[in-house]
Amino acid sequence: MVDDSLWTIFINASLVNNFVLAYFLGICPFLGVSAKLETASRMGGAVTFVMLVSSICAFGIQTLLVAIDAPYLKLIAFIAVIASTVQLVEMFIKKVSPALFRSLGIFLPLITTNCAILGLALFQTNKGYSFVQCIVYALGAGAGFTLALVLMAGLREKLELAEVPDVTRGTAMALMIAGLLSVTFMGFGGLGG
Amino acid sequence: MASSKSSTDEFIKGLWNENPVFVQVLGMCPVLAVSNTAMNALAMGLATAFVLIMSNIVVSSLRSFIPKQVRIATYFLIIATFVTVVDYVIQAVSLDLYKALGAFISLIVVNCLLLGRAEAFASKNTIARSTMDGLGMGIGFAFALFCLGAVREILGNGSLFGASLFHDSFENWVVMILPSGGFFTLAGWLLLFNWLKQRRAKREATTALGLRKEVA
Repeated sequence: MVDDSLWTIFINASLVNNFVLAYFLGICPFLGVSAKLETASRMGGAVTFVMLVSSICAFGIQTLLVAIDAPYLKLIAFIAVIASTVQLVEMFIKKVSPALFRSLGIFLPLITTNCAILGLALFQTNKGYSFVQCIVYALGAGAGFTLALVLMAGLREKLELAEVPDVTRGTAMALMIAGLLSVTFMGFGGLGG
Repeated sequence: MASSKSSTDEFIKGLWNENPVFVQVLGMCPVLAVSNTAMNALAMGLATAFVLIMSNIVVSSLRSFIPKQVRIATYFLIIATFVTVVDYVIQAVSLDLYKALGAFISLIVVNCLLLGRAEAFASKNTIARSTMDGLGMGIGFAFALFCLGAVREILGNGSLFGASLFHDSFENWVVMILPSGGFFTLAGWLLLFNWLKQRRAKREATTALGLRKEVA
């Protein structure tokens, strides 16, 4: 059990150790869905929701696995739970908002392979957070992911109109912007712990 | 995919033409996260290559038994099993390495490259070809990780595999070791690959033009 205050955990997960820009988790959707601002913010919302649900599930699984003394099943159990959560969210979104479902497209099932989700589950277990701390950690990580995605999408929308050399078009350019963003986020290093 | 392709071709394509990192841009998370030294990068690359080869073999040998509806979940279970094995082996062999790689060994599970190869290749091809594909892709991945790790370590630490390379007066580029350095280095490599590809395309276009003139 760690006695970090909830506020510290939130700031830490969202800004100081931003999942995308400091831990490199969830780079695939970060590069893939960040071309349009609207899709980016929706994707951020979906990921945050999945993070929250899977974080709660992961907490339960960890308690159970410690109780039955089978920690080696951790990885398999986590990934199974995350996959089914994503399936659930997919069905839910399809029912509630078909338009959103279409705009997220292939990236919705791909949330399963989003390392940020599994990373969150693993980190919270490693850090030994309590139940409430886990929820705050998940919310912070989700907020950080959304922030990074939205910032990136904003930059890329502007960049569409700029004239860049042919070689730098596409992923190479996106990575350079991500690098600069990451430098900026290092400025938050003094905040929190 | 043409079935006339020999298994050597399956091996070669992963190394260069379809290199998972530089060309397909798959599995970026571990590529950026653990490539701050050449040693970490190489260890991570080999661990991933091992999981890739094993999961390719298992997926391709079970391909006629796995029901289509639950195939993704099955692939995940197969991959997760091998990752757990690698996780415990690294912990037993070198605790320092285990600490340096941290949670990223477990995160091999969600490397898109593994699932991508299982779905796109191993589930449709024979065991022998899948093994070659896994070998090629795995070695290509490890090679790319090593390229990144080496550049970052040389510039950021002035050393390679921990051995110092430069005179004491060399000023380390601290930014290369930090997260942003990962993005910049990968961007640099991608630029190089793009440039090579463009140059080749241009050369092919000119030779094609030359041939047409000769015929005329």
